[in-house]
Amino acid sequence: MAAVKELLIILISSSLVSNVVLSQFLGLCPFLGVSKKINTAAGMGTAVIFVITLASAVAGAIYQFILTPLDLTYLQTIVFILVIAALVQFVEMFLKKFMQSLYKALGVYLPLITTNCAVLGVALTNVQKNYSILQGVVNGFATSVGFTISIVILAGIREKMAYNDIPESFKGMPIVLVTAGLMAIAFCGFSGLL
Amino acid sequence: MKQGSAVERLKNGIITENPTFVLTLGMCPTLAVTTSAVNGLGMGLTTMAVLALSNMFISMLRKVIPDKVRIPAFIVVIASFVTVVELLLEAYLPSLYDALGLYIPLIVVNCIILGRAEAYASKNGVVSSLFDGVGMGLGFTLALTIIGAVRELLGAGQVFGINVMPQSYVPCSIFVLAPGAFFVLAALTATQNKIKRAGEKKGKDMSKIQSGCCSDCTACADTLCGQRKEEKPVAEKEEK
Repeated sequence: MAAVKELLIILISSSLVSNVVLSQFLGLCPFLGVSKKINTAAGMGTAVIFVITLASAVAGAIYQFILTPLDLTYLQTIVFILVIAALVQFVEMFLKKFMQSLYKALGVYLPLITTNCAVLGVALTNVQKNYSILQGVVNGFATSVGFTISIVILAGIREKMAYNDIPESFKGMPIVLVTAGLMAIAFCGFSGLL
Repeated sequence: MKQGSAVERLKNGIITENPTFVLTLGMCPTLAVTTSAVNGLGMGLTTMAVLALSNMFISMLRKVIPDKVRIPAFIVVIASFVTVVELLLEAYLPSLYDALGLYIPLIVVNCIILGRAEAYASKNGVVSSLFDGVGMGLGFTLALTIIGAVRELLGAGQVFGINVMPQSYVPCSIFVLAPGAFFVLAALTATQNKIKRAGEKKGKDMSKIQSGCCSDCTACADTLCGQRKEEKPVAEKEEK
């Protein structure tokens, strides 16, 4: 029971309390770049959930079964970045070959994810916090769910904001950043949850 | 000034193409670590060390690395230097290492470094690439220190840990928390927009100023995917 409780705490804290975008600033680029429409935002979110969960499982396994026994843990950054880049390529090829419908839905977003620092960030956090592979996967899943929640909310607000009268200098990116800042304040409220 | 000379490169990095204020590159670390001027300075100098070393090495290797695998090769070079710098910081400056935490290994995915490798070091000589890295690094350091100082001043009434505001000033602590970072960046990009529009009215060429931080990722993704786009038609032909 204690293990389940621990996993639940990881789930809540990574998805809401310390939200990956709004309090850790990881994956800001897709957050600001792909949030014009709810549909594309949700698509990006799904792709991120898929890749981060898979990447944290693979990175965790490599760390535990290859790097630790060989005493090569100091190489983690190099190994993780290469593994993630290769993984994204591989996932793209696999989906293209075997799951056409999923590829059509997520394909456009996959190349963008390689440059998403959240993927590497999660893999490194898992190691820093000494998570087991299962805890790491849960953490990766929760983090990416947090990402999806915030990007979909931002896209919703931006769709409404298109009709607003915004000061000339604030048009475009600045107003989106102000919105993100206000969302970050709202998400601060979750800190009382745990 | 001679193109590619040391002084020209330094000026280019610090003023003409300042990575934060003009090109708006690498915003993730900029937002995350600028809670105080000291952290901004530390992060800037760390990035500068990696940038200068990786630029130098990539420039040395530019004739050896095959064009098709250049991006992965650059990433390996960058990741190696990041690891070296990380271990050095952990050994000699543990307080800075703790303050920057996760963001040190994440220098690997900082767009400035890969961007400079792709745009400058892979095409130019060793010495000018080294100074390009130092110049860009100094520009980044300067920007991070300024942003950090502003946030620290508003959020804690201090600069570099020294009280500068009068006793009656009540610190607006939201500026050192996460939301403050977004507001500061919003103000920054709004100012950029303003300057850009004023410049355009006078008929100056302002195309260098990129507004909004998503431009860096699309630029990065372009360098990564641009290659694929070129390769795709060939692959399609083979399938037929």
